[in-house]
Amino acid sequence: MKRQFPLFLVFIFGLFMVFQYFVPHETSEWVYEFLLDWILVIGIFALALGIWSLYKVSVDKIKTRKANWGYSYVTLFGLFVMILFGFTSQNGDSWGWYFIFVATVMLTIGMVIQAMVSSGQKGLSLILAGVFLVASVLIGMFDNAWSFHFYTAEGLQNSMFRAFFDHILIPILSTMFSLLAFFIASAAYRAFRARNLLASLLLLAALIVMLRFNPYLSPIFGDYMAKTSNWLMNVPNMAAQRAIVIGIGLGIVATALKVILGIERGYMGKG
Amino acid sequence: MDFTTFCWTTFAAFVTLATFSFLYKDNPFYKFAEHLVVGVSAGYFVIILWHQGLVTNLFQRLADGDAYFLWLNSDRWWYVIPALLGVMMWTRFSKQYSWVSRWPMGLYIGIATGIAIPLEMSNRVNKQLYAMMVQVDWSNFFGHGGFNLLDVNSGLSQLIVFTGAVSALVYFFFSKAHTGIFGGVAKFGIWILMIGFGASFGFTVMARISLFIQRVQFIDQSWIHNAMDTTNENYFWGFQAVFWIMILLIVGYIVKELMQFFGSKGRAESAGQ
Amino acid sequence: MNFFDKLMKLDRRWVFLFLVVVCVATYMTEFEVPILVEPETQVIFDFVDELEPGEIVLIAIDYDPNNLAELHPMTYAMAEHCWRKKLRIIFTSLSQNGPGMADQAIRDISDSLMQDTEYNGVMYEGREIVSGVDYCFLGYKPYYALVILAMGQDFRLPFPADYYGTPLDSLPMMQGVINYDQVACVVDLSGGNITDAWISYGQGRFGFPLLLGLTGVMTAQYYPFLGSGQVVGIMGGLLGAAQYEKMAGNPGLAMDGMRVQLYAHMVIILFIIMGNVGFFVSRRKQKQAERR
Repeated sequence: MKRQFPLFLVFIFGLFMVFQYFVPHETSEWVYEFLLDWILVIGIFALALGIWSLYKVSVDKIKTRKANWGYSYVTLFGLFVMILFGFTSQNGDSWGWYFIFVATVMLTIGMVIQAMVSSGQKGLSLILAGVFLVASVLIGMFDNAWSFHFYTAEGLQNSMFRAFFDHILIPILSTMFSLLAFFIASAAYRAFRARNLLASLLLLAALIVMLRFNPYLSPIFGDYMAKTSNWLMNVPNMAAQRAIVIGIGLGIVATALKVILGIERGYMGKG
Repeated sequence: MDFTTFCWTTFAAFVTLATFSFLYKDNPFYKFAEHLVVGVSAGYFVIILWHQGLVTNLFQRLADGDAYFLWLNSDRWWYVIPALLGVMMWTRFSKQYSWVSRWPMGLYIGIATGIAIPLEMSNRVNKQLYAMMVQVDWSNFFGHGGFNLLDVNSGLSQLIVFTGAVSALVYFFFSKAHTGIFGGVAKFGIWILMIGFGASFGFTVMARISLFIQRVQFIDQSWIHNAMDTTNENYFWGFQAVFWIMILLIVGYIVKELMQFFGSKGRAESAGQ
Repeated sequence: MNFFDKLMKLDRRWVFLFLVVVCVATYMTEFEVPILVEPETQVIFDFVDELEPGEIVLIAIDYDPNNLAELHPMTYAMAEHCWRKKLRIIFTSLSQNGPGMADQAIRDISDSLMQDTEYNGVMYEGREIVSGVDYCFLGYKPYYALVILAMGQDFRLPFPADYYGTPLDSLPMMQGVINYDQVACVVDLSGGNITDAWISYGQGRFGFPLLLGLTGVMTAQYYPFLGSGQVVGIMGGLLGAAQYEKMAGNPGLAMDGMRVQLYAHMVIILFIIMGNVGFFVSRRKQKQAERR
């Protein structure tokens, strides 16, 4: 039951999906739509595991005082404050006591985490957590400037939720990836050597593609650089990538068959 | 732009520069930005999953538009089943019950792989093979309308695409030693692959530089421009104040680092003597 | 230690600094880089340009902030082009951090649509863009391959309501719009594997015309699909976006960035040449020393 039944499920549903592709009968379409619908719901629950994992890693890091543990508080703050913003929204133009409410909720969570991670005295943290909790509940009950929205998507329009996305998430993520510009420059300086024929071919192709829009070369080459680059992309590059696409396609199909037939079971984990 | 938005933009400029400071060395500002974004991104994902996933695809179906998900009074009560299967996934972290999570997992893997087989075979393998086997245009072998080696539709180009793809596939075939004619074909294959990777690299350079350009555009057009934009109807001295405080912070950090750098250099020299 | 040895052992932070200085200096200098339109991008523009008012284009914003630099300009240029031509748009966003950016882009583009503007000599009057009439933003669902397949059955299957929580059936624009059959084309602007799913699970199964806007890193990999006709056209990286902006007569961040791109490329090429010169000089010296 523990190992055989999941394998049976994989086999049956895998086979059904293949069958459904070739025989799109009304009944099989009906089952197919149901499965697509259900699997999305199941998947959403599965994704929650990742969030839980992040929470646990951060708390453990604080608990065991690993290197840079202090920054885990920043991560947890980001996590909980975003969740809070996503479930609340302004009713009018005024924010009322909203930011004090956010602060008390964050302090409550902080104190609870503090109580969880500390090995000694937990009493004080718990008392403070209680005080902050009461304060936040009171503000939540009596402040009408904003309200909670769990079943409607107002939270997505909350200006604080948007501000955190637009001014924290977007700049940091895009800047982190823009660091790659510098690493590729450093790599160009250190690693791209024309050691042999193959490396020279690679460099030559790269140079042509990089120079294709360079207007300073047009007095010498005319539009030949752009044309050569276009030919490179559409002829040798297409041939190379086509071989890779076919190779990957065959790889996916072979792996999928191995999974359906129960030969590949890595996804089941141990035990 | 109002003042609050400008303050947010200033904060965005701060985290941008904090992240860039990693290029000099790892430092607390970078670590702050890095940890903050992990948390905010996870929190954002929770909300998106809730509002875009659970509420619309599960709760509202169970509740039939009601504010509570009392599935007993729903005419689509069967959505309880995927919900239960989903909850079963959560046993993954338990040592004793983790086998329970294999049931929904089995369902998911079965469906995902079953879908993949015919579609991947047809779209990645078959259609590419069809496209490869085109009739060579012998009448325009060296290009349409005269001699033009750079014509991508000439017979020669078609022949190169075909032989190139076959040779590259031969190169990937490791069950036979790459010797003799087979080795020669494989060698042509690796040449073609290298040209392909070179072209890819050329594009990658452009991609990476673009990311940096966008940040420069942001700092200039969204931040510096708005700090100085006196035509803005909401403009007052606060804009400049916030801007210069940020600049002061940056200059302060640079001065501190320089002093540390020269200080350590001086110490190293005196130790050397 | 001679000059070349020193060059080889240079701290990489000097390399970084040099790149920053060149990029910022070029950015501050105003000049225009001529943009040559490539056939792969031309077909995308022509396809959208030839659609009749009222037709529906599905724009999939499948990228995260990581790739925003290259793909956001494409989103802005294409959505503005579509709306100016009075096409209707269905937006989806199947990557994790995509919906927030799509939301931001929709707000920004709607704002610029309020202005009267002239593009390529044609005057377009400003108008208000209304959710549910001019566009429908479906939002995000996880597991993109399954979502793409499910949308092929019925948009309402994965998306009972739009991003803002309005049921699809109550949106005027979605009346009679069931699945891809009612959509003129799908534009996938993507920075990752979602494109593969749009090709294999979307175009492969439902046969709609698929137009791709890709990051530079991915561009070369998708040429085989262009050759096989599975994809109508490819816009590659910032240059692709700049080409679209040029054709649409609507210069934006991509065209603005191309002059920096030009000099940054020359710096990278200079680095490659310097690295190689240093390498060959030191290799020759090594060989000479061995001979002695």
